[in-house]
Amino acid sequence: MSDLIILGTRKGTVLIDRADSAWRVRPIQHAGIPVCYAARDPRDGTLWASLDHGHWGPKLSRSRDGGASWEDVLSLKYPQGARYIVNYLPTPDFDPAAPQGDPEYQDATVYKIWSLAFGNRDQPGRLYAGTIPGGLFVSDDGGDSWELNRPLWNHETRGGDLFSGGATSPNCWGGTPASIDYGVFEPGIHSIVVDPNDSKHLYVAVSSAGVLESTDGGLTWGGRNRGMRMDYLPDPEAEWGHDPHFVTHCPAQPDHLWQQNHCGVFYSNDGARSWRKVSASDSGVHFGFPIAVDARDGQTAWVVPARADSERMAIDGGLYLARTSDGGQSWQTLRKGLPQQHAYDIVLRHGLDINGDCLCFGSTTGNVYLSEDRGESWQCLGNHFPPVYSVRFG
Amino acid sequence: MTTVRLTSHLYRFFPALKDRPIEVAAGSVAEVLRAVDAIAPGFTDYVLDERGALRRHVYLSIDNRIVIDRTTLSDRVADGATVYLFQALSGG
Repeated sequence: MSDLIILGTRKGTVLIDRADSAWRVRPIQHAGIPVCYAARDPRDGTLWASLDHGHWGPKLSRSRDGGASWEDVLSLKYPQGARYIVNYLPTPDFDPAAPQGDPEYQDATVYKIWSLAFGNRDQPGRLYAGTIPGGLFVSDDGGDSWELNRPLWNHETRGGDLFSGGATSPNCWGGTPASIDYGVFEPGIHSIVVDPNDSKHLYVAVSSAGVLESTDGGLTWGGRNRGMRMDYLPDPEAEWGHDPHFVTHCPAQPDHLWQQNHCGVFYSNDGARSWRKVSASDSGVHFGFPIAVDARDGQTAWVVPARADSERMAIDGGLYLARTSDGGQSWQTLRKGLPQQHAYDIVLRHGLDINGDCLCFGSTTGNVYLSEDRGESWQCLGNHFPPVYSVRFG
Repeated sequence: MTTVRLTSHLYRFFPALKDRPIEVAAGSVAEVLRAVDAIAPGFTDYVLDERGALRRHVYLSIDNRIVIDRTTLSDRVADGATVYLFQALSGG
């Protein structure tokens, strides 16, 4: 069981320690700076925080002494020539009858370092970072230097290799204003999954494009959106344009993947070769952002449902989690210890984590709740945190 | 020489620039900022993006004139002028 909870919040990094069976909150780190993601590298204990400065650009911060001191690491930067096709809303491509226009290009600038992932133990020093606009950066020296994964950047679904010329294929990656706080409409990589049994086997999820898989360490990528549906495009079964909010897997059964998607909860038990919708809009399990999967049992998962799409807050004023243990065929609601009236909390995509039988989530209302019995009952760790963007056990 | 005056927010990240006059050679805005970076390595990563453009919420003026070229920073800073760097972002 982990003795550390790490929060990335609107006003800094919050570390919560368990001591003598009680949880104690340390003074805030990176005070006043938005932290969109924070986590601990399980291999060497390094703490990482992705800072989302309003003025000074995205930065990574690293602590090698358990959070006592932090250092800036070299900023991730797109190399010269990293362009992408931009489509600003409203655009003709949302009108299927509109004539196709010429692509517009933009030089890439990192707006946000949205997600981090750690390599397996056979790749010490390997880190991944997912950014907005959607780039996958890789480090092999513990974060001292970073390189853009060009095969994904130059993927045919983004227009091809724009480093070497004009687009050779249409851009299939949309963008979502929800991915960033100040009105930039860009696609972003928010989920990076590393197969614990095969370090060359990776998944990334992009909003609003979908899931991609690589089986050769990132040299080639293919779309994995079969079985997905989306309600907001003229063709709900189109290959691209899906809006996964978060994708994760079962560490002991890595072929079991789950995603909380804008249009429902989807489950795959065949390594994302096919997905199956396992939610229904009238069941109370449909819309939300985060999802957590049991470490041993790939059929067991938890979500934090919310009312889609115009409200985006707890359903009927009551905050609850839903759990399935049969691959999404049935769901139980878990409410004990959670407020059941006048609750408006929304839990963002990185705001829920699992460690053994413990689950923890934090909301943008600043409430943090912990369960030590697989979600059956909950205790409140605090009601006055800043808006919570990420929750990770250390 | 050119004087550079910074928003105090940047002293948090670059204490080497605090409580001292910042005077560098006159030239283009890009050259002036590079000179500040030589005093405080990493400084330009805070005010410029990887394309060398001013970040969206960073404002720069030469004396009382807001800089025109935010992309390549070609505005000339005259000898004796003062460059002001400040930030603009609303909300809580």
